Parts: sequence; structure tokens; C-alpha cells
Amino acid sequence: MSAIANPYAESVELLRVDDIEVIYDSAVLAVSGVSLTVPKGAIIALLGANGAGKSTTLKAISGLVRADRAEVSSGSIHFQGQMSTHTPPHVLVQQGIVHVLEGRHVFAHLTVEENLRSGGFVRRPSRQSLQAGLERIYTWFPRLKEKRKVQAGYTSGGEQQMVAIGRALMTNPSMVLLDEPSMGLAPLIVQEIFEIVSQLNEKEGVSFLLAEQNIPVALKHAHYGYVLETGKIVLSGTAQELLQNTALQDAYLGKKQ
Amino acid sequence: MLFLETLIGGLLAGTMYSLVAIGFVLIYKASGVFNFAQGSILLFSALLFVTLHEAGVPFVVAILLTILALVLLAILIEKLVLRPLTNRSPMTLFMATLGLSYAIEGIAQGVMGATVHELDLGIDDVPIFIGDLLVSQFDLVAAVTAVILVTVLALLFNQTRIGISLRAVADDTRAALSIGINLNHIWQIVWAVAGMTGLVAGILWGARQGVQFSLSLVVLKALPVLIIGGFTSIGGAIAGGLIVGASENLAEAYIGPAIGGGITGWFAYFLALAFLFIRPAGLFGERAIERV
Ligand SMILES: Nc1ncnc2c1ncn2[C@@H]1O[C@H](COP(=O)(O)OP(=O)(O)OP(=O)(O)O)[C@@H](O)[C@H]1O
Ligand SMILES: [Mg+2]
Repeated sequence: MSAIANPYAESVELLRVDDIEVIYDSAVLAVSGVSLTVPKGAIIALLGANGAGKSTTLKAISGLVRADRAEVSSGSIHFQGQMSTHTPPHVLVQQGIVHVLEGRHVFAHLTVEENLRSGGFVRRPSRQSLQAGLERIYTWFPRLKEKRKVQAGYTSGGEQQMVAIGRALMTNPSMVLLDEPSMGLAPLIVQEIFEIVSQLNEKEGVSFLLAEQNIPVALKHAHYGYVLETGKIVLSGTAQELLQNTALQDAYLGKKQ
Repeated sequence: MLFLETLIGGLLAGTMYSLVAIGFVLIYKASGVFNFAQGSILLFSALLFVTLHEAGVPFVVAILLTILALVLLAILIEKLVLRPLTNRSPMTLFMATLGLSYAIEGIAQGVMGATVHELDLGIDDVPIFIGDLLVSQFDLVAAVTAVILVTVLALLFNQTRIGISLRAVADDTRAALSIGINLNHIWQIVWAVAGMTGLVAGILWGARQGVQFSLSLVVLKALPVLIIGGFTSIGGAIAGGLIVGASENLAEAYIGPAIGGGITGWFAYFLALAFLFIRPAGLFGERAIERV
């Protein structure tokens, strides 16, 4: 437990991003010179204002950049010591990276349970282990069990975020890329979701790379953070250091309001 | 009595339109492509089947070999056409299927000939009485076949992992990618399944009017069916086919004599046009769920 609570004690590197550059449509340079690492068992925050490049960085890691007509044009990404810069998304999911997209993206016409099941298919599980996976998600998100027969498009925003996270957990990831889970949700729900993220990290050792604009909430739960500004990392440090950094508070608040 | 018989005859014939339309809907849902090549694939599969059958291959074996060919064709199309064009505009993809349709037609006819092949399924196209009603035996067999096929597809899409994955891709392609669904794999499956609905429709149509080039033109008949039923709903494709079949038959019987017949040639388009004014998304066009 203590090793997980303090991931830097052993510091096994799960993900390393080295100086990457991402270009959309062969024309728009969205991210350049971004480097970061995610130690095993850590929650890492990726902070920044609108358009800073948080989502682009996550998409580069999960391989979903290509679905948006973008590419990692230089630099490299390693996952569990293996080069993964140009690995297709479904292979990365098999290897243990899963991406919860910004804006939740549940399958609106599928029921809550079908949404969850769909996340399990990548492991080609037996009927029983798929069922066991479902039960595990329902213990984390008891609310989803009540709604399991409802079309996901008809559930509330908070429930959709839970569906999106639950669906991702069904792939049995070692690292979850979580893009703005707080977006458009009431503070109480945001708290509930972040609480579950922390618990998943502590009890199951799942690592998180977490993009957020909501700095206080993100740093309350993260161990370490990076700050992005117009496609570059401008600051990094432990959650404590960043919380005390007045420049960050000023810059961030200045951008926001 | 005449009305009822005309209606039933039309509905039964309409099931074949539905079959053709379902092939379109499947591909449209999974990849947003209006697959113009569906007609050529239908022609290709019917032609291959009839050629094998004429060469003395038993019925079931010929079907299985044709299905195998359709699966290979689907894999080839996915690898050579769809994959390189990933993320291109729907128009580009449509043009690609247009080109594909000529390529498939050309190859099919080049290899297997352009003559009309008779196809005898051993079902007499003579009317039989069901109670007091006179119904075409062939239409009845065709309709039962269509119902079986649709039931199998419904089970496939509702219950199986492939079905859920396919509906997931149709709902949100990016999210499907994010949880490890292999899009290329899904496309191959969908094109193969659409090919199989084409094969069934092709055999049934071919048995009625001979297997020949004009079979590929059923694409044009599927268009009004899709406009009426909606591009995104299998239920809509079925309903659209039935509506077109029934109304076409009724129009021929009741308005036909007054204007000298030939109504079945154009009535479906007229109906589709009317629908475009009333309900552009089609009867069952899928509405996006607006969250409350
Ligand atoms: N699909 C796209 N096509 C072209 N440019 C894009 C695309 N998506 C993002 N960009 C550009 O890349 C840059 C970074 O965007 P990104 O979405 O990564 O920012 P973000 O930090 O996630 O912002 P937000 O907080 O608003 O989600 C922006 O300048 C944006 O204009
Ligand atoms: Mg973003």
C-alpha cells in the first residue's frame, strides 16, 4: 500500500513521453516539445487552459490522434519500456492503455450494461469473466446497476461519466487517460468521481494521467502535475509544489477569467 | 379480395427490396458510406453461385463457396480501398465505391460471362390458394427466406459481441476505438454480412428474372426504399421495402389501367419524393438522443 501511496519510492516507469510534436491535418502544430512520465501506480495531472494541448497529448498516447487526422511528427512514446508511438489504438488497449475521451462519448443507443460489456470484448473474456468484470464495475458504481437497462444516452451527465470510466475499466487497464472528467458536472458529482479515481488507484493500483482545467480538484487527488500552455510544458512539480505556486494560480486564473 | 391479393403479392415482393436495402443500411451504419457497389456485389455473388451450380456443384456447396468468396472480397475491399481512405470525406468514399462497383462488375462479367443464366430453384412460380387467397408460391418462399435472414441478423446484432461492437461503432466510432474495438475488423465483417444479404437477394431475384447484368440495377430500386425507411435503421429498410412493394403493386392494379400500365417502373421514386417532402429522415431514421 505504501509503495502505491508514494509511487516515487520505487518509481517504475509506466509511460514515458519524450519531446513529442503533434500536427493536425499536416498543417496545425498543436503540441511541441512535450515530455512527461507516469510512474507505475501514480495519478498524474495534466493541467492547462482551453486549447493548451491536453487532449492532443492524451490522444497521442492512446493512438487516437490518427482518428482526428493528426500524427506524432517527432519525438517518441514508450509504454512499459516498449516503443508505442505508432502502435494502433486497439493494440495499445490490449497492452493496458485506455483513453476516456473528453465529453464522455458513451454509446447513446446502447444500454448502460451494453456500454460496459463492450469495454470487455478486447480481452476476449469467457462469459463468466465478463460477468465478473461487470460486477466489479457495479461495486465501484452502484448507481449504474440500477440503470443498467437504460439507454446510456438517457442517463444524466454524471452517470454518463461513470459509464465512460466503467467501460474503460472493463478493458482491465494498467493506465487510464482521463480527459476532463469534471467537464459540465456539478461539484458534488465531480467530487464523487474523483474519490472513486483515488480509490481505484489505491486499491487496484491503476495509474491515471488526468487532463483537467479544474486545478484545485485535480491537484487534490494527483501526486504530481504538469502544466501545459499553448502546446508546451511550462511547469511541473508535486501536487504540493504546484498548489503553492503563485505563478500557476495567477496564470491559470488570468487565462480563465 | 382482389385488393387483399394485390396487397399481399406486393408485400411479399417487397421483402426482396428489403433484403437489398438491409445490405446498404449495414454498411452505412458501420462506416457512413453509401455503398454504390452493393448492386455489383449482389451481381457478383449471384453470378458466381449460378456458375458453380451450372458446373455441377451441389446447391449447398455452391452457396458455401460463394459465401467464402464474399468474405475474401470483403477483406480485400477493406484492405485495398477502405483502409487507405480512412477519415476521408463521405463523398470521396462514395466515389470509391462507385469505382469499385465498375471494377467488380467488369471482373465478374469478364470471368463468368455476360450471358443470361437461368436459375431454377425448383420452386414453381405458380399461385396457390391459402384459404381463399391466391398467393404466388415463389413470393411466399422468398418472403420466408427473408424473414429467416432478418431474424438471424437481429439475433446477431442484439445478442452477440460482434453485434454490440457493430452498434457501438455506429454510435460513436472514436469511443469504439478508445476501448480497443478494431475498426478494420468490424468493416470486414459488415461488408461480408452485407454481401451475404446481397447473395440471398441475388439468388431470389435471379431465379425470377435470370442472373444477368440488370441485377446490379436493383441498387437503384433500393434508393427509394432507403429514402422511405431511413438509411440508419434495419427496421426502416424492412418497412420501406414492404411499403414500396405493396404500394407499387396496388398502384399498378388500380391506377395502371387508367394510364396504360408501367407504373412499377417509377412509382417507388414518386413515393420517395413525396416522403422527402414529408419526412426527410425517413420513417425510422435514427434521431440523435438529446440528453435531458
Ligand atoms: N481536430 C482538430 N483539428 C485541428 N486542430 C485541432 C484539432 N483538435 C485540436 N486542435 C488544435 O490543437 C490545439 C490543442 O487542442 P486540445 O484539444 O489538445 O486542447 P485542450 O488542452 O484539450 O483544450 P480543452 O481544455 O478546450 O479541451 C488547439 O489549438 C486546437 O485548435
Ligand atoms: Mg481537451
